[in-house]
Amino acid sequence: MTALLEVEDLRVAYGKIEAVKGISFKVEAGQVVTLIGTNGAGKTTTLRTLSGLLKPVGGQIRFNGRSLKKVPAHQVVSLGLAHSPEGRHIFPRMTIEDNLRLGAFLRNDKPGIEKDIQRAYDLFPILGERRKQAAGTLSGGEQQMLAMGRALMSQPQLLMLDEPSMGLSPIMMQKIMATIAELKASGTTILLVEQNAQAALSLADQGHVMEVGSIVLSGTGRDLLTDESVRKAYLGED
Amino acid sequence: MTTHTTAPGTPETPDTPDSNAPAATGLIGLPATVGRALATGGGALAVVSAFLAWTWTAEFPGDLTVYGYPGGLQVLVLIGGLFTTLFGLASYGVKGLKVLTPGNADSALKLAALGTFATAWYTVIAISAKLGGVVNLEPGGYLVALATLVALLGALALPFQRPEPDPADPDDTGWEAFRHRARQKRANFKAAFAAEPPAPGRTLPAWAEILVITGVMALGLLVFTYGIGTEYDELFIGFLLTAGFGFAALAKAGLVARISAITTRHRTVTMTGAFVAAAAFPFTQSDDQYATIGVYILIFATVALGLNIVVGLAGLLDLGYVAFLGVGAYTAALVSGSPSSPLHVHWPFWASALLGAVVAMIFGVLIGAPTLRLRGDYLAIVTLGFGEIFRITVLNMDGTSGPDVTNGSNGISSIPNLNILGFDFGQEHQLLGTTIGRFANYFLLMLLITLVVVVVFRRSSDSRIGRAWIAIREDETAALAMGINGFRVKLIAFALGACLAGLAGSVQAHVTYTVTPEQYQFAHVVPPNSAFLLAAVVLGGMGTISGPLVGASLLYLIPAKLQFLGDYQLFAFGVALVLLMRFRPEGLIPNRRRQLEFHEDTAAPAVLSKAGA
Repeated sequence: MTALLEVEDLRVAYGKIEAVKGISFKVEAGQVVTLIGTNGAGKTTTLRTLSGLLKPVGGQIRFNGRSLKKVPAHQVVSLGLAHSPEGRHIFPRMTIEDNLRLGAFLRNDKPGIEKDIQRAYDLFPILGERRKQAAGTLSGGEQQMLAMGRALMSQPQLLMLDEPSMGLSPIMMQKIMATIAELKASGTTILLVEQNAQAALSLADQGHVMEVGSIVLSGTGRDLLTDESVRKAYLGED
Repeated sequence: MTTHTTAPGTPETPDTPDSNAPAATGLIGLPATVGRALATGGGALAVVSAFLAWTWTAEFPGDLTVYGYPGGLQVLVLIGGLFTTLFGLASYGVKGLKVLTPGNADSALKLAALGTFATAWYTVIAISAKLGGVVNLEPGGYLVALATLVALLGALALPFQRPEPDPADPDDTGWEAFRHRARQKRANFKAAFAAEPPAPGRTLPAWAEILVITGVMALGLLVFTYGIGTEYDELFIGFLLTAGFGFAALAKAGLVARISAITTRHRTVTMTGAFVAAAAFPFTQSDDQYATIGVYILIFATVALGLNIVVGLAGLLDLGYVAFLGVGAYTAALVSGSPSSPLHVHWPFWASALLGAVVAMIFGVLIGAPTLRLRGDYLAIVTLGFGEIFRITVLNMDGTSGPDVTNGSNGISSIPNLNILGFDFGQEHQLLGTTIGRFANYFLLMLLITLVVVVVFRRSSDSRIGRAWIAIREDETAALAMGINGFRVKLIAFALGACLAGLAGSVQAHVTYTVTPEQYQFAHVVPPNSAFLLAAVVLGGMGTISGPLVGASLLYLIPAKLQFLGDYQLFAFGVALVLLMRFRPEGLIPNRRRQLEFHEDTAAPAVLSKAGA
């Protein structure tokens, strides 16, 4: 019972339509856990619920043993749960540096913030080169890097990435995945939502396959990668 | 002027899209050397003609009948001609004048010539129309018309970099082809006046830069004092033409960018300078006539600046903002010792100003708390409603349809003049050898309030809360994900804006003697009202300090000066706003910081390819 994040029988609905129909999973500290599945499987809904943007209709979310069900979105961050939303949601008209600073909005330790900004630039050198440039002028992949860098600025215990590879060129996607691997190696706990099952599963310690609101299959990343039905459904093999 | 849009620009030939790079030619088919000489010479000739008589009778205002002494509109043409000549000489590369045009001398020359032409021809046409025919023109009038025309034609002959023609689709229908050609023409025409932002100049020593700022502030005061002091419609229109084109020419010359770079380096000096220049305004006036306009402009501008926190920084569209000005004014009026106030108390100014600000802020929170959960249009509708609720409530609290508090439509009248530390605002005072009248007294007090609002605006926009406002405005979801409490942050913006408006209102009550409900409507012919306040912010530039100040000055001065607009005033503003939104959506003074972010090294393809590797 020492998992960092525990989700139990979580149910989320948009009006009458239930998008997440009672899913349960755990994320242990230091792990990379991935949710994969097709469009409309409920992956993004799950993440948005975890970060407080949506309210669940049932079930339990415990982070560090504390229930997140009643916590408003802006306070979830202060508990150590950072969300890099789908579609990146960077602030296009602010500079890259200001974007990163907003990621540290709740922090007050100036030297620590400067150090972490530098760390983001080390992780993504392109951001450092363009720190004074409007974020909207970045390419899609660079914006994704910024979104990840910004989420890390809150020093989260758990980083939630929603489809970081969406709409990226293959080269850029590889680069993003390599960065996630790097973050994993440095001990960051990550909950990764992806449509790119191959890339996500090869990184993940644990994987869960979602279909229309339910988890239909769970296992280690490697097991799922070799699983017959997963290969058929998500990796385009027959 | 618009006839020149259809001047023979080299029409692109759709069948030969490979025709090599278009030759650099002007809009008018004259050799560039001839054009430059004509423009410069025409400018000089316009200067000379300003010293001649333009008409034979002093019936046209400004007395343009005197030889050797320019008057009224002639002075404006003189200034325009001077600029044209100077930019012309600078475009020849005359040493020492290069400093005038760090940007594009040719574009500056074109706009200066256009502005001079517009002012001169406006004058000549106004004389002819007013006095009944061109026979009323003296040789000077013909000369100035000719000189400015020659200068304009010469300037338009100057070569410019034409945009790459976009090959037409051969399958286009006639209408599509026509539209394509029109688009092409427009692009060409725009390119004729285009100017690259100047390369950053070398940094002058600090004292020299401060001297430059002082000069600019003095110039600003001069222009403002001239504009506010124009005595007849024609002169004010001429002033608008000259000032507008003059500013555009300076912008193209790159001087505006240079100066704003300097003022950015010395923000505190700039602010102090602007404040001192504004404070000097009453001392340039011999009577209280224009100080009246000055103090109303200041009230309007201060409230607009407060609204800019709500609209420009936090992105909340508030259509009922004038209600907070009303709350402040009514609160101050109630405790002012006015005989028509049911509260027979007479508080000192500091207490009533504080009370006005606090009560307005409480109203801001009360109105904001339920409404700020709405987004965008819904918030606008609800604030519009609350603005009207305030006005109607005040109207009804007259003792018959409600409690007797505000005297209904009669308002609270005979509000006594302020008296701070024995300084009676109703009396004339001798200060620095000048007589400072009632309105000038209030002007100086109001200026202090403006300063407070400017400081609050600046401090808050640079602070943590300012960043949070911008984040909420840009992307509320992402801001929440950053841990920003959207509702609280918006409520702070709303309350702060209300508080500043209330502060301004507490002075306004004393300036106007009387507060009545219809002063605080949504739309009304006299600013400030919610519609005009919003227009001032949008026109001037959202999120800036100088934007609403400039916007409010224009929106107040134009109806005050152009009496003939009369009933068409609101219509004219509607048209002006639509045009502005179409052609310059960022406002007259765009947010500099944001612009910098957009334009700083946008072209860095080398870096891009490195990222891919």
